[in-house]
Amino acid sequence: MHILDAVDAASLRSDIPDFRAGDNVKVHVNIVEGTRSRIQVFQGVVIGRSGEGVRETFCVRKVSFQVGVERTFPVHSPVIDHIEVVTRGDVRRAKLYYLRNLRGKKAKIKEKRDAH
Amino acid sequence: MATTKTSKGLLGKKLGMTQVWDANNKLIPVTVVEITPNVVTQLRTPDIDGYSAVQIAYGQIDPRKVNKPTTGHFDKAGVTPRRHLTEVRTADAAEYALGQEIAVDIFEAGQKVDVVGTSKGKGFAGVMKRHNFKGVSSSHGSHRNHRKPGSIGASSTPSRVFKGMRMAGRMGGDRVTAMNLTVHSVDLEKNLILVKGAVPGARGRIVFVRNAVKGA
Repeated sequence: MHILDAVDAASLRSDIPDFRAGDNVKVHVNIVEGTRSRIQVFQGVVIGRSGEGVRETFCVRKVSFQVGVERTFPVHSPVIDHIEVVTRGDVRRAKLYYLRNLRGKKAKIKEKRDAH
Repeated sequence: MATTKTSKGLLGKKLGMTQVWDANNKLIPVTVVEITPNVVTQLRTPDIDGYSAVQIAYGQIDPRKVNKPTTGHFDKAGVTPRRHLTEVRTADAAEYALGQEIAVDIFEAGQKVDVVGTSKGKGFAGVMKRHNFKGVSSSHGSHRNHRKPGSIGASSTPSRVFKGMRMAGRMGGDRVTAMNLTVHSVDLEKNLILVKGAVPGARGRIVFVRNAVKGA
């Protein structure tokens, strides 16, 4: 699909920080209610990124009131005000779907210790 | 019959599909069609041809591959030979000039268009794929007839199969028109038009884009 890269380039965002599966992120989402708009924060663990280019999405999982909530965002969506990386996770998989079956302490992700 | 409607159309190449966000941050699936400027090669007039139309040409071709009669046809319009020719029936054909270039900016964002293309060939396809038959149950005693059509008619009366009975056969490769698609945006510099939704045919194939003939 390299032919359409020039078309997609207009939609790509350059202000997205570098993050991967296992990272704990705060996604600041712009919500429009009628004429007013406000920012809502969705904080959780990135359990995977999929797709590439303008179609790339990432899924954030959090547990709120003992219920797992997952939300998938397009990486380049204009709805996202900004993304804040809270912690870097130390994980050995690109997709952390196994977290869905774990609860409590077992669902915790170790924080990455800086290599440098 | 005199042509009363004025319509516009251009030949282009389907580049493929992608997605864009609109002003309301909604994700829109779009097909990108590249329309390099078409040239007018002939004007059809009611006096000579009995109808009013504009003949347009599109696409590069090696002039050595064009035969003498066709070269002469293009010479008359004063343009280099093109690969594809088509006619657009329109009442205002007299307003065009021979050799005139028509660019993609005759279309504008928000406008409805029809896109004509040749659908992807599917080869010899069975009735389930070709005509959306339901097939036969996968269980309950079915044996080796899961994708078969079933009965194709009665027996001794009429002792034949009616014409037009839907059966397996060649599928795809037909001329298909996708009607009333919305133009998302037009890029005159890159000669691109972004049409909302899908368009018939494979990537790289020629398509004809015209303004919508049927009002929504």
